[in-house]
Amino acid sequence: MQKYSIFNLVKNAFSNHDNWDLAWKDPTPKKEYDVVIIGGGGHGLATAYYLAKEHNITNVAIIEKGWIGGGNVGRNTTIIRSNYMYDDNALFSEFGMDLWRKMSQDLNYNVMFSPRGIINLAHSDAQMNVYARRGNSMRLNGIDAVLLNREQVKEIIPMADFSDNVRFPIFGGLMQPSAGTARHDAVAWGYARQADSMGVDIIQNCEVIGFDVSGGKINGVRTSRGDIKAKKIGLCVAGSTNILAEKLNMTLPIETHLLQACVSEPVKPVLDRVVTFGAGHFYISQSDKGEMVMGGDLDGYNSYAQRGNLPTLQHVLTEGIAMMPFLSKLKMLRTWGGIMDMSMDGSPIIDKTHIEGLYLNCGWCYGGFKATPASGWTFAHTIAQDRVHELNSGYSLNRFSTGHLLDEKGLGTKTWIS
Amino acid sequence: MLHIKCPHCGMRSQNEFSYGGDATVKRPELGKEVSDQDWDNFVYNRKSLRGKHWELWQHISGCRQWIKVERDTSTHEIFNTLKATEEIS
Ligand SMILES: Cc1cc2nc3c(=O)[nH]c(=O)nc-3n(C[C@H](O)[C@H](O)[C@H](O)COP(=O)(O)OP(=O)(O)OC[C@H]3O[C@@H](n4cnc5c(N)ncnc54)[C@H](O)[C@@H]3O)c2cc1C
Ligand SMILES: [Zn+2]
Repeated sequence: MQKYSIFNLVKNAFSNHDNWDLAWKDPTPKKEYDVVIIGGGGHGLATAYYLAKEHNITNVAIIEKGWIGGGNVGRNTTIIRSNYMYDDNALFSEFGMDLWRKMSQDLNYNVMFSPRGIINLAHSDAQMNVYARRGNSMRLNGIDAVLLNREQVKEIIPMADFSDNVRFPIFGGLMQPSAGTARHDAVAWGYARQADSMGVDIIQNCEVIGFDVSGGKINGVRTSRGDIKAKKIGLCVAGSTNILAEKLNMTLPIETHLLQACVSEPVKPVLDRVVTFGAGHFYISQSDKGEMVMGGDLDGYNSYAQRGNLPTLQHVLTEGIAMMPFLSKLKMLRTWGGIMDMSMDGSPIIDKTHIEGLYLNCGWCYGGFKATPASGWTFAHTIAQDRVHELNSGYSLNRFSTGHLLDEKGLGTKTWIS
Repeated sequence: MLHIKCPHCGMRSQNEFSYGGDATVKRPELGKEVSDQDWDNFVYNRKSLRGKHWELWQHISGCRQWIKVERDTSTHEIFNTLKATEEIS
């Protein structure tokens, strides 16, 4: 594989950049692999990469029904953070933050990781207390957290509404300075290129349509391009998890819902942090191109439509304008949606299943992009060693039966119903 | 925007309704021995399939009744609506 470097950039300039290697190949599927990963999103690609890099397992195929990066990994609003209160979520996410910090070097691909900090706004004394508690829990786990008062918030984001007659005045906020954003497509492409270079087959336009299970063991998958055998299969299909689970006769604590996001026309730099509204569900950052990147609530009913409905967008943007009135002056450039694997406690599942050789990675809800490296790393470990790693032991499938839920927000079941 | 025909009030916009999830889920019967698995299935596990889906909606800004709606989860086409007390055939 050609390294991306200043030296190679100059060298290739002399041949009009016509001689670069393909970033990844387009192989025909083999009859059998050691491991098959279903889903070429961020998590599937990262899993294959860490299988090769950490466990020396390179006879691996990623089976993707469309093109890699066409799912949620290419549709999200790229917020990366580890501002969790519960140990399981905090330690897993903070392990991921370390991988994010090293990612561009590690993958030899600029993922434009930008640790610009995230501020969760508080709009009441009670909310300030809750944030103080969360911030303290974070610090006990070695994660940076700063509680800001109203004046400190005003210094950082003066464009927010600090006037006297607002419905939800800003009391302060909780900031994680090391949180940030990254270029989502680059994450998919960077993992794909490295996985490919270590021998992983990235097979696109190939849909898994069934499974070969016998005697409680998985033997392979049936795909639109023929049967493929494998003793170990990892399911990384995010919003399509329920569809494949049905083919395995599994019913999971997951519902599939639609989440929208949108960007405004590009404007000059105005916001250099990620900010979330505390009296509803709205978040915003500014992309390097100048667009205001915004999102919030789910459409609110089961959906596989991959495009959203206007009432939700209107509701979300109303919150945005309440928080930052200048947004009302901007034109909308683009809106889109992705189908999301919403788990019943808001936390993911990375686990083995009752079928030997079948491994499950799903339930990412609103926050699976930031989890990409840690999810790939722990899922690769779970598959390679046939046992969960300490870091993903809390993300078990049976926690719903045993009562060890990870309902970070204290909302109990069906966190999407508001 | 969805348009949902409330069996009590007629065709109304989605804004008047709130969602209540899968309408085919049955609460385990009272006074009977119920296994953990039964409770799991009632509280947490959902099929959530692509295609036709019977679901509960509440006409929250209208008659406030719960209703059952048969909707396609990928096209949003609505085929049928029933009162909460009516059985899905
Ligand atoms: C609008 C929006 C905003 C978001 N914002 C954030 C954010 O700010 N921060 C954050 O951390 N997370 C965010 N998320 C969540 C995050 O994007 C997802 O949780 C994460 O991308 C899911 O993992 P993935 O990348 O592997 O999924 P995907 O990229 O969806 O990968 C799954 C892949 O599986 C493939 N597939 C499905 N079925 C089959 C089959 N039968 N055979 C073969 N392949 C199949 C799909 O085509 C797809 O490519 C957001 C999501 C959305 C939709
Ligand atoms: Zn009505």
